[in-house]
Amino acid sequence: MSKKLELIVLAILLIFAAQFIYISYTTHADYGGADDKPEGVIEQITNGTYKPIAQPIWEPPSSEIESLLFALQAAIGAGVIGYFLGYYRAKKNYEK
Amino acid sequence: MHIMEGFLPSPWWQAWFAVSIPVIVYGMYKINRLVNEKREILPLLAVAGAFIFVLSSLKLPSVTGSCSHPTGTGIAAIMFGPAITAVLSVIVLIFQALFLAHGGLTTLGANVFSMGIIGPLVSYLIYKAGMKAKINFYFVVFLAATLGDWATYIMTSTQLAIAFPAGGVLTYGAFLSSFQSFAAIFAFTQVPLAIVEGAVSALLFKYVVEVKSDILVEMKVLEDSVVRKLRGLSA
Repeated sequence: MSKKLELIVLAILLIFAAQFIYISYTTHADYGGADDKPEGVIEQITNGTYKPIAQPIWEPPSSEIESLLFALQAAIGAGVIGYFLGYYRAKKNYEK
Repeated sequence: MHIMEGFLPSPWWQAWFAVSIPVIVYGMYKINRLVNEKREILPLLAVAGAFIFVLSSLKLPSVTGSCSHPTGTGIAAIMFGPAITAVLSVIVLIFQALFLAHGGLTTLGANVFSMGIIGPLVSYLIYKAGMKAKINFYFVVFLAATLGDWATYIMTSTQLAIAFPAGGVLTYGAFLSSFQSFAAIFAFTQVPLAIVEGAVSALLFKYVVEVKSDILVEMKVLEDSVVRKLRGLSA
């Protein structure tokens, strides 16, 4: 079985990891979330007059809880993918 | 690409709901029909949705020194089309709005439009065009997922620029000026992430083709001849 695609994807992931290691080592980048940055731009454009029309109903009380929930989201997704791909693979092997 | 809760003023948040809701309703109708016709597509639908779950939870560090996340919608868009992908995105976006304060309920319509409709539409069209041009299947999946991801973030910048034109009055020049400010946050940051997303999407597609290509042929995602060629290469 050809593993060409796996090797290409691995190379892309390694390059990606390398850029992170290099940039985080050589600069003092804060690695904040891009999704939070429009807030600053909006403040600038409206001269600080814009007030959000709504607040989140609930916010994770700490960044630990937030990463817990993000990890949970990823784990649920990964579990579903692994379950069905494994199911199909086994089914295919044993039906031969 | 998640516009934060409360950060789209009237009438824009309502407008994006108005545009997104018909697509979501049509997507739900399509899912219903598809599942009634072929129950065996359900697991594939679950895998496509789960892929969105995983990828949109990963905030990755980019070359610009800030973090952003992939969308993961490419697979669903290619397999099921943009309307069904919109429904899957709604589930993920509501989860993140309620439990993570990421995105929001007022901005849900706008976020579904960028992540669940425009990105997937771009992926879908590129996939169809690429397959017609008989380019290598995995490369087409890579391109479709990469450019769909990027299109999502361009759409977010557009939505923010329409709602917040420079100077407060929506003219073309004011829009363009704001668009540049918002796109500066997303566009370059997203390029490496989009490439990683495209690569991982192509890889997952390889495994789906290996174990369940018959259903992809049945759904007219792939032609039989392409599957035989891919199989021949990987046999």
